[in-house]
Amino acid sequence: MSDGIGARTKRKEDKRFTTGRGKYTDDVRMENQAYAAFVRSPHAHAEVAGIDAAKAEAMPGVIAVLNGAELTGDGIGNIICGWAITSKDGSPMNMGAWSALATQKVRYVGDAVAVVVAESVAEAQAAAEAVEVSYKELAAVTMSDAALETGAPEIHDNAPGNLIYDWEIGDVAATDAGLASASHVCEIDLTNNRLSPNPMEPRSAVAIFDEAEDHYTLYTTSQNPHVARLVLSAFYQVAPEHKLRVIAPDVGGGFGSKIYIYPEEIVCLWASMKTNRSVKWTSSRSEAFMTDAHGRDHVTTAKMGFDAEGKITGFKVDTIANFGAYMSLFSSAVPTYLYATLLSGQYDISNIHCNVRAVYTNTVPVDAYRGAGRPEASFVIERMLEVAAREMGMDPAELRRRNFVQSFPHQTPVIMAYDAGDFDGNMDKAQAAADVRGFAARKAEAASRGKLRGLGYACYIEACGIAPSAAVGSLGAGVGLWESAEVRVNPVGTIEILTGSHSHGQGHETTFAQVVADRFGLPVENIQIVHGDTDKVQFGMGTYGSRSGAVGISAIVKAMDKVEAKVKKIAAHQLEASEDDIVIEGGEVKIAGTDKKMGWHEIGLAAYTGHNLPDGMEPGLKEGAFYDPVNFTFPAGTYIAEVEVDPETGTVEICQFTAADDFGTLINPMIVEGQVHGGVAQGIGQALLEQVVYDDEGQLLTGSYMDYCMPRADDVPFYTIEHNSTVCPNNPLGIKGCGEAGAIGSPPAIINAITDAIGAEDLAMPATPQRVWAALQAAAPRMAAE
Amino acid sequence: MYETNYHKAKSLQDAAALLSQADDGAVLAGGQTLIPTLKQRLAAPSDLVDLADAGLAGIEEASGTLEIGAMTTHAEVAASEKVQKVIPGLACLAAGIGDPAVRHRGTIGGSLANNDPAADYPAAMLALAATIVTDQREIAAEDFFTGMFSTDLEEGEIIKSIRVSAPERGAYAKFPNPASRYAMAGVFVAKTASGVRVAVTGAGEDGVYRDAGIEAALTADFAPSAIDGLDVAADGMMSDIHGSAVYRAQLVKVMAKRATEAA
Repeated sequence: MSDGIGARTKRKEDKRFTTGRGKYTDDVRMENQAYAAFVRSPHAHAEVAGIDAAKAEAMPGVIAVLNGAELTGDGIGNIICGWAITSKDGSPMNMGAWSALATQKVRYVGDAVAVVVAESVAEAQAAAEAVEVSYKELAAVTMSDAALETGAPEIHDNAPGNLIYDWEIGDVAATDAGLASASHVCEIDLTNNRLSPNPMEPRSAVAIFDEAEDHYTLYTTSQNPHVARLVLSAFYQVAPEHKLRVIAPDVGGGFGSKIYIYPEEIVCLWASMKTNRSVKWTSSRSEAFMTDAHGRDHVTTAKMGFDAEGKITGFKVDTIANFGAYMSLFSSAVPTYLYATLLSGQYDISNIHCNVRAVYTNTVPVDAYRGAGRPEASFVIERMLEVAAREMGMDPAELRRRNFVQSFPHQTPVIMAYDAGDFDGNMDKAQAAADVRGFAARKAEAASRGKLRGLGYACYIEACGIAPSAAVGSLGAGVGLWESAEVRVNPVGTIEILTGSHSHGQGHETTFAQVVADRFGLPVENIQIVHGDTDKVQFGMGTYGSRSGAVGISAIVKAMDKVEAKVKKIAAHQLEASEDDIVIEGGEVKIAGTDKKMGWHEIGLAAYTGHNLPDGMEPGLKEGAFYDPVNFTFPAGTYIAEVEVDPETGTVEICQFTAADDFGTLINPMIVEGQVHGGVAQGIGQALLEQVVYDDEGQLLTGSYMDYCMPRADDVPFYTIEHNSTVCPNNPLGIKGCGEAGAIGSPPAIINAITDAIGAEDLAMPATPQRVWAALQAAAPRMAAE
Repeated sequence: MYETNYHKAKSLQDAAALLSQADDGAVLAGGQTLIPTLKQRLAAPSDLVDLADAGLAGIEEASGTLEIGAMTTHAEVAASEKVQKVIPGLACLAAGIGDPAVRHRGTIGGSLANNDPAADYPAAMLALAATIVTDQREIAAEDFFTGMFSTDLEEGEIIKSIRVSAPERGAYAKFPNPASRYAMAGVFVAKTASGVRVAVTGAGEDGVYRDAGIEAALTADFAPSAIDGLDVAADGMMSDIHGSAVYRAQLVKVMAKRATEAA
C-alpha cells in the first residue's frame, strides 16, 4: 500500500491552503452580520470607577454597548481553570474570579471592560474608543518573584501575597541527603523566558443566535471545539450543550494558545443573544500580543549532586511560575504535572524534589504553549548536565551516558513510568550525524576567522499522549483525556473518519487517512477525515500535547477493529466461508488463499441494502470507539547544536542542528520531520529571539513584530534529522508523538552550544547579540586571568 | 484606520495645492511607515496626498553626481546601474532596507521626510553631504536632519529629489535590530573631496549624527585598524529593550570598521 503507514504521502489538505482556499472563522459571513470591538483597559491594575457609554451608543452604526455588570447579571459564569492543584499544606489553589468583561477591577493591559456591537468593524472600533471608562489606578507588579515580595500589590482578594499555590513533588529529605552525600554539587539559576504564541491566524469568533430555535452556533479558532462547548455550557452557562454547536473550521496554528476559551468568544455568544444579530470578532495582531495566553515565564534555582563517577545523587528544584492576571484553563497543570514530573529527564535518578509556587501578576494569563512545562523541565535538566560536566571536567555526552536509564519500564521518583526508549542509541545517531569527532577541527578553523565555535547537547524526554483519564483525574484534572472516533463505511465503499482530534496544521487529513488506507487497503483519496464540528463528531478532547497520534489515532484503530469484525462477518456470509478464513488484502475482502473476494463497494452495498446479511445482524457499517490511554507516551531524543559567535557583536549563527528523535512508529515521516522543523524553529525563537517584555507599570513593550522577534527563514539553519524509533508498547500502533519535541529539545542545546563557545555560563534566553556580547565582556577578565 | 480623503496628485504643484487645501493633510510617498501607523489608528490625517503619479521617480547621472527622484523606490536605487557605478555603497544600502515588499513600495523621499532614527538613508545622505531638493529650495543634509522624526521641512514643503555626488571611497555597514531589522547601528563611511565624513544611524538618541572621533581617526588613516584603539562613548546613545547605550557604542565602532573595510 503506497500511502500506508510509513509513506511520505503529500498532504491532502495543502491544495486548499496553498491556493488560498482554506475556510477560516473570519471567512464566515452571515447575512445579519454585526461586528464586535472591545473596550480594553490601558492600565495594568486599576479599579473601574464607572463606564459611560452614552456617547458611543449615539454613534453611527452602533447596535449595543454592553458591559460586565450586564454580563454577570445575565448569569454568565466566571472563566475557570480546569485543573485543581492542592498546595503542600493541603489547601486548595487560590483561584481569583475572572469575568469575561471586568466589573470592579482590571488586572492587565488589555483586560476587556465593555464591548461595542456595530454594523461595521470601523464603526465598532470608533465607538469603542468613545466609551468613557474612569479608572482609579493601582500599583502593578509584572515579575513573578517581585509579586511574592512583602508589600507587593495584591491582585486578587482571595490570593494573599499573590500566591496561587505552593506545591511540591518528591521526597525532600531523601533529596537533601542525596545532595549531602555528593562529591560535587552543581547549582544553577535560570529564567525560562516568557513567549507570545503568535499563530499565523489570529483568534476569531462568529457567534450566531437563532431566536426561533433558541439555539447558538459558534465558529471559533479552537484546538478543541467539544471542550469549548462543554466549558461554555457547563461553566459559563452561555447555553446548554444541546443548544450550542461549536465549529472550529480551518485553524491556522494554535501552539496551545487556542486550547482555551477566552473572554471574547463568550462575550460574542452572549452579545449575539442580546442583540439578536450574528456577532463577529477577529483579533488584530496587536490584540493577539495583548490578550492571547503567553507561555513559559519560570524563574528557577536548581541543585544537582554527583558522586565521584558522575552518577547523579539528587536533584532539587525550586520554581516560581508567573500565571499572569487570571488562571487560564490549563495553567495550573503546566508547571506541576507537565513540568516537575519530567525532571528525571533521560536519567536514572533516585532522589528528586521540586517545589513550585504559582503567582498572579498584572500581565496577560500564561498557559500551555508548545511543549507546556516540558521545555521548562528540559531546559533545567539539560543546562544542569552541561554545566556540571564542564565544572567536573567531563565530556558532557559521557556524563549523560553514565546516567541514562538503561532498562524499561523505568519508574521515576516523580510519577512517570517510562515504557520504552533507547537513549544511548539516540546519542549514537546524533553524534555520528553531527560529526562530533570533527568538531575540534571546525572550532580551530572558525578561530582562524575570528569566530568562537561551540557545541551543545540536549537529551530531552517528554510525556505525550495525554492522558489516562483516571490517573489525571486523581491528580486534579476536571476532564478525562481519552479520544473518540467513528468509522463510517459508505454504501459505495468509501470511508469517512470522524475524529475528536482537531487539525490546525498537523496534517491529520493525510496521516489519519494513511492509517485507514494501511488497514483496509483503500487509496487515501477514498478516505475523508471529518473533525472540528460538535454537530458532526459526537465528542472529542481535541489536539494538544502531541496527543492526536497516540490517542486520536488509537481511537480510530479501535473503531476499525469493530468495522473489520463486522466486515468479516458480512463477507463470510456472502462468500459462504468461515469468518476466520476472511482476510483484508490489497483493498479487497477475500477468502484467504482463494480468488473469492468482495470489493469494499460490495461490502458497503451489502451492509446498507440489508438484503442478505447474517441472521440478526443490523444493517449499516459504522462503528465508534472511545480510547483511553493506559499511560503517557515518552518521545525522547538527542539534539546537538553547533554555533559560531561573532565576539565583536555577539551575533550567534547556528551552523548545524542535528536531531535524533525516537517518536515510536512514524505514520508519515515527511510530516513528522515538518513538525521537527517547526518545533526547532520555535525553540530557536525562544533561545535566541523571543521575549515578552512588560515595563514596571505593566505596559506591554513587545506589542508588535517591531519589538517581538519571531524567527525568520534566515534565523534557522538546515536541519539534519535522524529517527531512532522504539515502538511504544502501550498503544495499538506504537506511536509516541512528535509535535512538541523540537521546541522542547532545542533551547538547551543552543544555549549549551553558545556557552561552550564563549566560555561563560551566565547567559539568559533569549541569547540576543547584546546578551552574548555582554556575557563575553563579563567573562573576558576571567579568561585573561586563567 | 480612521476615514481619510485620498487624493492622487498629478504633479508636484498639484500635490502642494491639495496639501494646502487639506485641514490636516499628509503626504503619501511609499507609505511603508504611514500606512501601518494609520492602520493602528495612531494617526488620523484628514487627507492623504499620494505622490505616486506626480512624476517624481527616476535617477539621472551627470559627471559623477546623481539626481534621485523623491519617489524612487529602494529597489530601484538598489538595482540602478547608475547608482551602482557612481556610489556602489548607496546601492548596497538600498538593497538592505527592510524586506522586498518594503523595498518595492518605500521611497527615498519618504524615508528622508520621515527621518526615522533607525532608517538607513539618513546616514548615507549625511556622510555623502547630499542636497535635498524640495519644491521650494535646496537643503544641505547637514541642515536637513534636526532630530528624531524631525527635519527642516516646512509645513507643506515636499521633497522633489536628492542630489548626491560620488565620494572617493564610501560604504555602509549596519547591524540590524533582530526584530524590526531596522538599524541598531548603521554607519556610512565616506572619503570625500571635503574630507572624511562618518554618519551614524540607529544608535544616537537624537537620530542620525556625524561621529567626530571616528572621522578624526579615519582622516589620519583611512583603514579599519585606525578604529581599533578608538573609544566610542556611550553618552548620547539610545538605550532600549534591544540594546543598551554601551552595546550600541560597541556596534557603532564595529560597523564603522566594517564599513571602512568595504569602502
